[in-house]
Amino acid sequence: MTLIDVIFWFFAAVTLGSAAVVVFSRNIIYSAFALLFTFFGVAGFYVLLGADFIAITQLLIYVGGILVLLVFGVMLTNKVVSVDIKSGTLNAGVAMVVVSLTAGTIAGIFYATEWKTAPAEMLQPTTAGELGTMMMTSYLLPFEVASVVLLVALIGAAMVSRRDRSKQEAA
Amino acid sequence: MHLPVPIEYYLALSAIMFITGVTGVLARRNAIVIFMSIELMLNSANLALVAFSTRMGNDAGQILVFFVMAVAAAEAAIGLAIVIALFRNRETVFVNDMNILKW
Amino acid sequence: METLIDIVKIVTVMGILLGVVAYVVLLERRVAAAIQNRIGPNRVGWQGLLQPLADVVKLVMKEDIVPRNAHRFLHDLAPIISISIAMTTFAVIPFGDSITLFGRTIKLQIADINIGVLYILAMTSLGVYGVTLSGWSSNSKYSLLGGLRSSAQMLSYEISMGLAVIGVIMIAGSLRLDRIVEMQSGWMWNIVLQPIGFITFTVAAFAETNRHPFDLPEAEPELVGGYHTEYSGLKFGLFFLAEYSNMVVASALITTLFLGGWQIPYAAEMGLSGNLLSVLQVGAFCAKVLLLVLFFIIVRWTIPRFRYDQLMSLGWKVMLPLAILNILATGLAILLIG
Repeated sequence: MTLIDVIFWFFAAVTLGSAAVVVFSRNIIYSAFALLFTFFGVAGFYVLLGADFIAITQLLIYVGGILVLLVFGVMLTNKVVSVDIKSGTLNAGVAMVVVSLTAGTIAGIFYATEWKTAPAEMLQPTTAGELGTMMMTSYLLPFEVASVVLLVALIGAAMVSRRDRSKQEAA
Repeated sequence: MHLPVPIEYYLALSAIMFITGVTGVLARRNAIVIFMSIELMLNSANLALVAFSTRMGNDAGQILVFFVMAVAAAEAAIGLAIVIALFRNRETVFVNDMNILKW
Repeated sequence: METLIDIVKIVTVMGILLGVVAYVVLLERRVAAAIQNRIGPNRVGWQGLLQPLADVVKLVMKEDIVPRNAHRFLHDLAPIISISIAMTTFAVIPFGDSITLFGRTIKLQIADINIGVLYILAMTSLGVYGVTLSGWSSNSKYSLLGGLRSSAQMLSYEISMGLAVIGVIMIAGSLRLDRIVEMQSGWMWNIVLQPIGFITFTVAAFAETNRHPFDLPEAEPELVGGYHTEYSGLKFGLFFLAEYSNMVVASALITTLFLGGWQIPYAAEMGLSGNLLSVLQVGAFCAKVLLLVLFFIIVRWTIPRFRYDQLMSLGWKVMLPLAILNILATGLAILLIG
């Protein structure tokens, strides 16, 4: 077992373990925390795969952006002392059926396909420069569409979450 | 020269993570946990994309990951805005209590 | 051997950083006293030079009080997150060129990664966690308000901070910090080429480090102590240390990105030997950082605090458009001049 293998299994344990805590924990603050470790684990895999830029972007967007929003959501809707007995499961039976169907499908595809990889000498770590050039040339249209999506989300989120001023003044 | 970790491992890992996320989305009743589970599923897809991209020597997969992240950020912002608005009006974050449209 | 050198580098840099931070606290108290026409701490040692030691002893000996109904684990974790993020950010900052010791060239930078600028932005975005968690886990309304204010403030200013750096990246054509420093030889510092970027970045750095005039998260008259109201003893000390380390790290960042890092103008032409030049360059870096720290301190004791809505409208309506205009102008200049 080489060092790379050890690191891989370590990240695998962290990622899968914390993913399970995210989904099955009854305390939502533990879920949020476990998600932090999942994101870190996935970022670790990106580094292992030689995708530094994506790894740092993962930290920047997921850990520094999305998860902060989620923690905000948790903090605004939960108190430290409140013990939530209702925070359990819903339609567990139906959910289990659908989950096992999905799992079966994915496992079937996984075993039925012969996964091929390019020869090792062709593989080089990607640099941020290459990705940037691609984004500004062949993928320019999706890039612009993504920026419009983000702008719409920014305005939409502000609109949805702000208090209705006119109604408040009338009351 | 050591051999890199085979791509099957990454794919299996990504699949398990995806299934965990599906379970969370279907079975949990707290809307914020459902969001977290969706993020798990998106992350597992990203992991598979990066694994394919680096093992194929084609960078397009990483560009896709970038776009997935952009959409995930937009989704989280809008989704949480909706959850906060609902919490303000109905005092709940449980999806089975959000049933005003159901008669 | 490489690992050994790395460990030595880490230990030295961390030790120096912690020592500097301790004395920055003393410097702040002395400068504050001078501005307010007082004397300040001068009892412990000559001119109060042992005061940091006395402070540490006091903080360690104090009782650690955790409020009832606080979330014990997160309450303990929050200051550790704050201090470790402040420290790890320093890892990518180049504080000198390279030095030759015992026939081997050592680069004066702990981690030389090729996306250093992004690493720093990622690390600063993690800084929100310490503050937010401490505010929430204390289960006190002052702490919660401080924590929420701080996260909103840091998230808002992070955007203009990131956009302000883009101008520098465009000029250097690289995300490596050592490359950015190399580009600024002579007097071609980025502050000359990017004055708007420098101003935007410095203001955002003040907001990110929760320093005056943006220290609303801990505004004493309204929030008692802000997010660390419920902290005492060693854990309060860690927050205190984190605040000052953030200040030093922010100064080091501004130096690296805009003030030429370790570059001394015209020093290369003076024909000094390699190692002497390197030592002088490290000295120049430290001097620049210290001047910026002094600037941080003087601003704190001369400018009144912003109101929260002023802070937000400054961030979103002034800093953000300025940073975007700066990117546009830089792009135009590169296109026209080349």
